[in-house]
Amino acid sequence: MIKIAKYVLYDIVRSRFILFYAAFLLVVTFSMYSLDSDPGKSTLSLLNIILLVVPLVSVIFTTTHFFNSYEFIELLLSQPVNRRTIFMAEFFSVALALSLAFLIGVAFPMILLAYSAATMYLILSGLLLTFVFVSLAFLASVTTRDKAKGIGVALLFWIYFTLIYDGLVLYVIYSFSDYPLEKVTLILSSLNPVDLARIIILLKLDLSALMGYTGAFYKNFFGSNFGIIYSFMFLILWTGVPLLFALRKFAKKDI
Amino acid sequence: MITISDLNKRFGRLEVLNSINVQFESGKSYAVVGPNGSGKTTLIKCILGMVVPDRGEILVDEKSILQNSAYRKLIGYMPQIGRYPDQMKIGQIIGMIRDLRNDETQIDEDLIKEFKLDQLKDKRMHTLSGGTRQKVSASLAFLFNPPILILDEPTAGLDPIAVEILKEKIHSEKSKNKLFLITSHIMSDLDELSSNLVYLEDGKMLFNDTIDVLKKDTGELKLGRAVATIMKRNLKATEV
Repeated sequence: MIKIAKYVLYDIVRSRFILFYAAFLLVVTFSMYSLDSDPGKSTLSLLNIILLVVPLVSVIFTTTHFFNSYEFIELLLSQPVNRRTIFMAEFFSVALALSLAFLIGVAFPMILLAYSAATMYLILSGLLLTFVFVSLAFLASVTTRDKAKGIGVALLFWIYFTLIYDGLVLYVIYSFSDYPLEKVTLILSSLNPVDLARIIILLKLDLSALMGYTGAFYKNFFGSNFGIIYSFMFLILWTGVPLLFALRKFAKKDI
Repeated sequence: MITISDLNKRFGRLEVLNSINVQFESGKSYAVVGPNGSGKTTLIKCILGMVVPDRGEILVDEKSILQNSAYRKLIGYMPQIGRYPDQMKIGQIIGMIRDLRNDETQIDEDLIKEFKLDQLKDKRMHTLSGGTRQKVSASLAFLFNPPILILDEPTAGLDPIAVEILKEKIHSEKSKNKLFLITSHIMSDLDELSSNLVYLEDGKMLFNDTIDVLKKDTGELKLGRAVATIMKRNLKATEV
């Protein structure tokens, strides 16, 4: 697998997209910290950008990469190489390349400029989100036959998790506001990887007061060690489950 | 060497392979013939594990190919349209495949030399003509000296000199007790290269015997006319 991943990574680096992505993140991070003297506020603004940009780039890059390497996959399939090996090599190369760009673009300047527990959580969540959306995009790619459809479905995942889902949650909370909803909202946000990442960081930034009673409840839950483990476990599940489905689909796909 | 039993495959509502039963033996060379869309390439892709059959079993060297990839060590495959990563160079492609299979000891670089691909090794795949791609595909198929060779339209797109080089290669490998599966629409090539003929139409196998039997059966001397005769015969049968 490592041998194949080596060739995939070589191909990814050659395309230069990853370098632009890293440079873009680097510029954004540096400008955020130079705009405001309070690093907490800058981290918050950066959080909102990262939660939007990281999933979007992960999704688009993964789907285009997958369909562009169709010939490569075809070539390998005529050789004595296992399909699962090919798939896992593709997944890890894409996820690692994007993570590396994120580390260079965000983690490196952040540790340099505003090192704190909250920034460490932001970095970790950003990395996990990359893995989650790469995994979702692979699922979208293997279930569709052409590039346009694949990118369409993958973008739908992104729009759903960053925009539509929050609207739906707000609607539910608003309509049932007479009932105690803390546990329900906890479950609802576990079902959205972007929300999970956001909550962890907001709590670490000590902004839970902004979220009222639910915020206090969240703080109680997510502030504990159990809460942190719970949310990271869920993010890992969000990577593993779509990946498993994609792998099973790919093992039976007609090339 | 390859045993196929009750193989079925549908693409949506289209039945591409319909209960194929056939055995391909070492030392023989099979021509796989049939009209366009008769399932030749799908049959080959099933043997290679690129297309997963709905039903049926394929044994290569007496082992089932399902959930197995090691058997592909035994097969050299030359696709109908060789598709390669655009940005890679010829040398890199060959180097990569050799790197992936660096446990192989018998390397056969005859075709690379004879097609003079080493002079083109710094050319990127997307700059190549169809014929040069075919040369790369052919060289890769023969590279590890495999006992089974599956050639899907090997001569299409090659210039006359390259065709002769390839035919020469096939002839010399045939004498080493290897199994060949060749599809083509050029009957004179098949007449020259193969000993047996498998005829597919609408996913069904309608003929499987030696070419000599086919010629005797139809009373024709040339393979092209003999195949045309069975095609017409089937056409009449369906009309009735």
